[in-house]
Amino acid sequence: MLKKLWEYTRNTQVWNSIFRHGPPDNARNRGLAVLTNVFLHLHPVKVRRSGIRLRFTWCMGGITFFLFLVEVATGLLLMFYYHPTVEYAYVDIVDLREQVPLGVMRELHRWGAHAMVVTVWLHMLRVFMTGSYKPPREFNWNVGVLLLVLTLLLSFTGYLLPWDQLAMWAVTVGSNMARATPLVGHEGPGASLLKLGDISLVHAGNDARFALLAGRFVGAGALLRFYVLHCVGIPVVATILMAVHFWRVRKDGGISGPV
Amino acid sequence: MTDEGKVTPLGVPQAGAAAALPASAAVKAPAAAKGATGAAAPAAEMSRRGFLSTLGIAWTTFAAACGAGAIATSRFMFPNVLFEPPQTFKAGFPAEFLPDTVDNRFKEAFGVFIVREQEGIYALKAVCTHLGCTPNWLEAENKFKCPCHGSGFYRSGINYEGPAPRPLERYRIVLTDDGQILIDKTKSFAYEKGEWGSPEAELKV
Repeated sequence: MLKKLWEYTRNTQVWNSIFRHGPPDNARNRGLAVLTNVFLHLHPVKVRRSGIRLRFTWCMGGITFFLFLVEVATGLLLMFYYHPTVEYAYVDIVDLREQVPLGVMRELHRWGAHAMVVTVWLHMLRVFMTGSYKPPREFNWNVGVLLLVLTLLLSFTGYLLPWDQLAMWAVTVGSNMARATPLVGHEGPGASLLKLGDISLVHAGNDARFALLAGRFVGAGALLRFYVLHCVGIPVVATILMAVHFWRVRKDGGISGPV
Repeated sequence: MTDEGKVTPLGVPQAGAAAALPASAAVKAPAAAKGATGAAAPAAEMSRRGFLSTLGIAWTTFAAACGAGAIATSRFMFPNVLFEPPQTFKAGFPAEFLPDTVDNRFKEAFGVFIVREQEGIYALKAVCTHLGCTPNWLEAENKFKCPCHGSGFYRSGINYEGPAPRPLERYRIVLTDDGQILIDKTKSFAYEKGEWGSPEAELKV
């Protein structure tokens, strides 16, 4: 009975329009199953035996990607309750904690973020210790470094959003570093040389920190900018780089093996 | 189309476009390429050199336009009007400040402590020189204390405890025509640069 239903389903036009190859009972069809799927095709068609050994990869890249998906899902849900405004930001977080059903979503998002930073570092450590950054994978190592930076920036921008004292001063302190950026930070090396007569071209009202905060201190403009960067800007760039990262794992010869 | 073996690879900047051409066979090996190019592109209306330079000019113009657009768009991130307290403000008449007191009224909105000593008034920038938090004035202990990492400053702004590496800065302080105190936050004076001696770093009363 079930077998009949299965046979029928597999011969419908709908099924055949989605899966354009036979059942994966031979090597060719198994290969096609991966190659004809937009999500799977980023992944190598074949994986070395050593590549699936937990002791070799720690699955840290995979766990990191999983945590990213958790952050996307929980973050999307949080956006239904959170207003990035000075008036509401803090009370929305309190509301999530005290009143919203399953407001624990906010804690999942927070702890997921912490975990993601840890797993990204461990993934990097594993890649380093196994020498997987060496040619032909050196380009992918650099993509990975960019992804590490984006992960840290996601944490940094998300840190401001609860809009409590910790958020406020942590970001005040953190963004002060931008003041010391060479040339584009008003206290950085070279900035004092950029002058027209007596007028400084780079000052507190137009330097890198100002662009980040939309003001001279952490205020309403900074909250909105951090929110947009946290929810749209950085995740979009990270997603594109992740696609490149996974694709290059495949193109550079799959997961590296022992020498 | 062309005989692959006889094509000389091109080292031109427009590699992508050039690779699609029947290549330099026409120049380097006329005999081999005659048939091929003749068949593919009858009677060249534009010389190869002309085509490539036109292409180069077109791409350069396009890239320059894109670059100019990107630079112009980055200006979008720098608003002209800020909804912040102004950088200069009048703080009232000197007589309103009692000797040997620290005035907290302008800390919240403007980030300034106004300190009146016996002989002068100065405006301390309420930004800790360690990492930029706002110190508090502790009247009972007669000192500024930063809540973030515990830096302490005397009433003069000189640091004496905690991680702060240098004294608080002072803002420019002058009198307006109507006799009020004007604080100008666009100009600050640092002790370690010997700028506190400047006539605008302290208002003599």
